[in-house]
Amino acid sequence: MMFARSVGDPNPIYADEEYAAKSEVGHVIAPPTFVQAGAQFDPDWPLRPRIGEPWFGSGRNPTGTPRPGGGGAGGGGGMARGLHAEQHFEYHRHVQPGDVLRAETRPGKTWEKEGRRAGKLVFSETITEYRDQNGELVVTARSVGVRTERAPEAAATAGSGESQ
Amino acid sequence: MTLRASALNMGDVYSEVVVDDLSRTQIVQYSGASGDYNPLHSDEIFATQVAGFPSIFAHGMLTMGLTGKMVTNHVGDGRLRSFGGRFKAQVWPGDTLTARAEVVDIRSDDDGVGVVELRLVTTNQDGLEVFAGQATATIDTD
Repeated sequence: MMFARSVGDPNPIYADEEYAAKSEVGHVIAPPTFVQAGAQFDPDWPLRPRIGEPWFGSGRNPTGTPRPGGGGAGGGGGMARGLHAEQHFEYHRHVQPGDVLRAETRPGKTWEKEGRRAGKLVFSETITEYRDQNGELVVTARSVGVRTERAPEAAATAGSGESQ
Repeated sequence: MTLRASALNMGDVYSEVVVDDLSRTQIVQYSGASGDYNPLHSDEIFATQVAGFPSIFAHGMLTMGLTGKMVTNHVGDGRLRSFGGRFKAQVWPGDTLTARAEVVDIRSDDDGVGVVELRLVTTNQDGLEVFAGQATATIDTD
């Protein structure tokens, strides 16, 4: 429900058991992009502050992890140069309450393209398979990330087709 | 709502305004729900002073989630088979997004189940494409 709220979707199929029981689906389901929130359970997920470790967002200073040698535009931890270019989901069935999903990730294809302003763009695919408690495939996700040769704001202002 | 093959035509368009005047708070709300706390999406000081952007901006996956609301409103609950696309431009606080689905194929799968293929485009208030993709969903054929 928290996820559905965050994407501004008031559809009762995502939270109201009584409504869902009478629907064609017959039970509550998760919104289509919900599995992305699996990051919450990834112990190595880099985009969440870790207890007791420096964080690259602002605190006393604009960033908590300035890079050696400055050149701030890349962002702390080199994070800002990796952009999310594409995301694709294939639904084998829809996620429902009670499911315990396990995500397994493997690298996919990698390719390069010459960007207009950001220099060489390196695209890389990640395939994530979400399986349920019985080992059945529920959702297959394909994510494409792009890394830019130069600072991302150049790419952003050029509108050259990538954003996060 | 469900779609029926007999009522669908190639080129049919459905569209919805999926967010009007996107707030920074909604972007923060998505950070919390998705677990993506990249400060580019919530920390104006980091986004402007360190990363050099004009302000914070929305997660690509928030734009996709908002687009998904239009898709599921159109095809009905539990009907989606695939949904994907490319993030084409950044979405900023204050943006108003319109998501649009066009019927590009109506077919039966190997089991004889009706399937519609939709081309998706989400644009901002200036008509700039921020997300472009596709979705497939089952439809009623009787």
